[in-house]
Amino acid sequence: MRDERLMRLALFIPCYVDTLFPQAGQATVQVLRRLGHELHYPAEQTCCGQMHVNTGYQREAIPLVRNFVRAFGAYDRVVAPSASCVGEVREIYPRLARLARDPALVEAVDALVPRVHELTSFLVEELGVEDVGAYFPHRVTFHPTCHSQRVLHIGDSPQRLLGRVRGIELVPLPDAQECCGFGGTFSVKNADTSSAMLASKVARVLETGAEVCAAADNSCLMHIGGALHRQRTGVRTLHVAEILASTEARPWRQA
Amino acid sequence: MSGGTPRARPFERAAHEALQDVQLRRNLAKATSAIREKRALATGELPDWQALREAGRAIKAHTVANLDHYLMRLEQSVLARGGQVHWARDAAEANSIVQTLVTATGAREAIKVKSLTTDEIGLNDALASIGVHALETDLAELIVQLAHEPSSHILVPAIHKNRSEIRELFLRSMGLKASELSDAPSDLAAAARRFLRGKFLSATVGISGANFAVADTGAVCVVESEGNGRMCTTLPQTLITVMGIEKVVPSWRAMEVFLQLLPRSSTAERMNPYTSFWTGVRHGDGPQAFHLVLLDNGRSDVLASEDRRQTLYCIRCSACLNTCPVYARVGGHAYGSHYPGPIGAILTPQLVDTPEADTLPFASTLCGACYEVCPVKIDIPSVLLDLRHRAVERRRLHRGRLAALDTEDGAMRLAAGIFAQPHRYRWVQRWARLVQRPFVKDGYVERLPGYLGGWTRTRDLPAVAGTTFREWWLEGGDDG
Repeated sequence: MRDERLMRLALFIPCYVDTLFPQAGQATVQVLRRLGHELHYPAEQTCCGQMHVNTGYQREAIPLVRNFVRAFGAYDRVVAPSASCVGEVREIYPRLARLARDPALVEAVDALVPRVHELTSFLVEELGVEDVGAYFPHRVTFHPTCHSQRVLHIGDSPQRLLGRVRGIELVPLPDAQECCGFGGTFSVKNADTSSAMLASKVARVLETGAEVCAAADNSCLMHIGGALHRQRTGVRTLHVAEILASTEARPWRQA
Repeated sequence: MSGGTPRARPFERAAHEALQDVQLRRNLAKATSAIREKRALATGELPDWQALREAGRAIKAHTVANLDHYLMRLEQSVLARGGQVHWARDAAEANSIVQTLVTATGAREAIKVKSLTTDEIGLNDALASIGVHALETDLAELIVQLAHEPSSHILVPAIHKNRSEIRELFLRSMGLKASELSDAPSDLAAAARRFLRGKFLSATVGISGANFAVADTGAVCVVESEGNGRMCTTLPQTLITVMGIEKVVPSWRAMEVFLQLLPRSSTAERMNPYTSFWTGVRHGDGPQAFHLVLLDNGRSDVLASEDRRQTLYCIRCSACLNTCPVYARVGGHAYGSHYPGPIGAILTPQLVDTPEADTLPFASTLCGACYEVCPVKIDIPSVLLDLRHRAVERRRLHRGRLAALDTEDGAMRLAAGIFAQPHRYRWVQRWARLVQRPFVKDGYVERLPGYLGGWTRTRDLPAVAGTTFREWWLEGGDDG
């Protein structure tokens, strides 16, 4: 078997993580380095185009597919702390490449797509690691995001990783599988319905008495966290990577 | 008198109104969560449930891909058993066929089995226009008919009403005194039964839809829970069935699969109480005239699109409605169609060509819960994406050069142009960090203008970080 540590591993840090949640990207770096991986960050990367596709602007997303292939085509594995953007790449890119009617792009996308992984499933399924040496002495509830469950089918990888974190008190989230109501531009086009869904999710999170609501995707967390902050609930959101990055030597601290 | 016609409005506006209705919210949340739990039990107890779903999808895919063949075969089988077959291109043709058939019998009243297809074509109104009253005999369908409201659910049309609302309606429309009727479900059902019994015995024309029709034998199938369907299809002298062309199945073997999938998915029952089959006519037993109206009404256009064809696999179980977190909050009327919920969001805009219908594919977070429960594995999120794309392209075509003035269209083009060039993206990040300054409080933005204002009405938005990930990485990416 090939030593996974010799592979060329690239980080895909989606645009909103790069811009709004850099700490989730930094935590991803810390966890993977702690496991002995050398990381590359292709500077050409921008956005996967999910917002465009989900809003109906598929043609506009095609140049972004090209840019993604340009940025990541040369790497053995690509890892991102986002189930949603990886889902976009794995499930939608092959369709977009065909929509572009460009055989070279179709070939490049088909070759690249199986090498693109969501962080937690990469750790558990590809690297076979569950204990990453983390320490996080807080009460946490976990929201399994829709795209991680029903598009990527990453199963319980995040929970298995969290289960091995020392000091953590994990509390189950009632109605966990129900969508938080984000849905990208749905949250502004159908703001009222989105807010009604979010109200239920926030109520469930508060019921748990957790200090932290965690997920494997900052997009859903931006939505849930946006309401938790607006309502001054005193509950915060954290990407799973941030919990996994926290150690006894260097525990997580609120910024 | 007929059930109401759904009011076509942009989804977001209709949803906004529905969300204010506290009673509706409560009724829906209660009903959908109860049926969701029951359904999970009913499907979970079958070890081969996933294989059944695969089989259901495969049969539908095969049939729909060879629809012309199976429809011709169905026609031959029905004719051979003494039935008659009529082909209707659209709603107007179908209504006119049924009007002619009913007129020929001289009947002034017809009794109906609950049927989405006849709702779709507005048959009750068409019959009313020639002086024929079409009476709904399914309890929930009767409730919405008496209330002059459209149905709000494909299986439970009155899901938006609770029992005290139904009691008031019955008191009003059946001429009962308050002391004669409680709001106990058994009392309400008994009142409806008394109201309907005389109609069943006197009606000479029955009208139904069809859940399935077997091409090999010409047997038509209706699946129901109350026995009203059995009455409507056996007691009258004339039976008229209006069926969407996608409801044909090749042979009886297919029924083995669908009669397991449908009841467990829809009512969470192992077997539904009444499964009626009839094949042509039999002298001296049941209706002496049987007419099968095969309705296209846009279906062959759906068939033409390879990506969207799977929409026609639907067996109308309503599991997607009961599972959808959007439906559970806004209810069926917000969809402005007899087909609400996720399946309606993909079916309606393919059957109805209006700007309002084109807002329906956006009535979803793409959470995928509908796809997960669909008994014939229709990839609803994928069809939603396809229809969103079509809606955008249509809007552009319609507006021509004015499309450039559309806020969303302009913003999406601009964003694509920025993201396609890494240096532009970096420049915009820096620019956004500067201009946001006056609006940031404790790391969050609390109010945004225009399109994005929908977000900040109920949610804060994190501010652009002081150091982006990229900047941190380029500064050495030092995590120590």
